Amino acid sequence: MLLGKLADLGGAPALSLAGPLDWAGLKAALPAALAEAVDDPRNRVALNGALLADKHALQASSGDEIALLPPVSGG
Amino acid sequence: MRDIRLLTQMFIPGTLIGPFTQANPGLGGVCTFVGEVRYDEGVEALELTHYEPLTLPGMHELADRAFDRFTLMGLLMVHRVGQMRPGEPIVCVSAAALHRRDAIDAVDFCMDHLKSAAWFWKRERRAGEWHWIEPRAQDAVDLARWQS
Repeated sequence: MLLGKLADLGGAPALSLAGPLDWAGLKAALPAALAEAVDDPRNRVALNGALLADKHALQASSGDEIALLPPVSGG
Repeated sequence: MRDIRLLTQMFIPGTLIGPFTQANPGLGGVCTFVGEVRYDEGVEALELTHYEPLTLPGMHELADRAFDRFTLMGLLMVHRVGQMRPGEPIVCVSAAALHRRDAIDAVDFCMDHLKSAAWFWKRERRAGEWHWIEPRAQDAVDLARWQS
């Protein structure tokens, strides 16, 4: 799942990727602009609806939902 | 009385506030804030997206914190998602308490957190083009007021 402006970078609100995926595998599977953006420390990651404290420790299996969350908009 | 909701359709705040007030008999005060989509220059529409597994649970956690922090009888917290036009209500927070300060401060607390820490992403359409709204420095200042 791609939220906010990350959906624009990914070209769609959701992408389907083949699992299993760790952080390096996820980045390799994403479009280049999005792979670069997700490294920004302000962008958070959730796995199956739960925020990851450390996105670099991502371990997703086939069928899991990964959400890429940019900073919320405020104002 | 606790009523926390995400709505996908336009709502009329008065239809929520009346029943909410009635549902808290014996209250000493009720404070309500309604936020509407501003008529900013050139803005045709505002769209809020959310992430289902985080957004509503996050609002419930915020309500828990408000109940812990203030002496409340009831809390109503309703937020729109989807596309809205200028003038449409986007958020309504109402707090009922025995004493006014708890009601007023609880609404202020909830609004500062909804605006800057809740899981919503906003974009606005100007001249037919969508533009994402970025976080503002003022949001962090508003949140810092409650970190004591």
